[in-house]
Amino acid sequence: MLRAYRWRTIDPVPYAKLEKPLADCRLALLSSAGFVAPGQERFDESIKGGDPSFREIASDIAVSTLIDTHRSESFDHTGLAKDPNVAFPIDRVRELDERGKIGSVNQRHFSFMGSLTATRRLTHQSAPAIADSLVADGVDIALLVPV
Amino acid sequence: MCNQAVGLVAAELERRGIATVSIQLLRFIAERVRPPRALCVPFAHGYPLGRPDEPDTQHAVIEAALRLLESDLRVPVLVDYRGE
Repeated sequence: MLRAYRWRTIDPVPYAKLEKPLADCRLALLSSAGFVAPGQERFDESIKGGDPSFREIASDIAVSTLIDTHRSESFDHTGLAKDPNVAFPIDRVRELDERGKIGSVNQRHFSFMGSLTATRRLTHQSAPAIADSLVADGVDIALLVPV
Repeated sequence: MCNQAVGLVAAELERRGIATVSIQLLRFIAERVRPPRALCVPFAHGYPLGRPDEPDTQHAVIEAALRLLESDLRVPVLVDYRGE
């Protein structure tokens, strides 16, 4: 199935040059592991083509409280349950900040559910909305983690 | 699918001036989708930063990814993670 699927190709490939050292950059984290914070709506497994919505995750979240709502049964979820840092490494990002490897951790991060065969709403609605938020926050760099 | 979704979101952020690096779990998908900068890791689906509760490994992968932001390689950048 993976080889037969018509994958989207990014063309041209956009490029934002890093204009300052990592140690001066504000970082945001994005994960497609379908995590939600306590009280947030789960990703909807019933949407045809996949749920293209996203959740904002506050930077001070206790990582152990994140809830895995990814719909795919094609991978082992036990690692995510044991240590959500495996796909949403907010503890590691905070440590990078404490060690002076990055300038700062953004106050919010974004979670979405990557099991999307239909990508138009992701590329035309969710991704631009996430970008608007991160630009407004003054984010310089983003780390994106699939699952 | 997750690999593709991450790449597509990364591209939008780059268009808006945010430098991105993506973890990728399957090289053939990364080659097809072409996220701007990506670190291809040798881990199973469900374990993009390696095994749970191994912060040293998680740090090693993340720092290898962040180093790609400082490289002068032309996009799309796709580098294999070769360990600490």
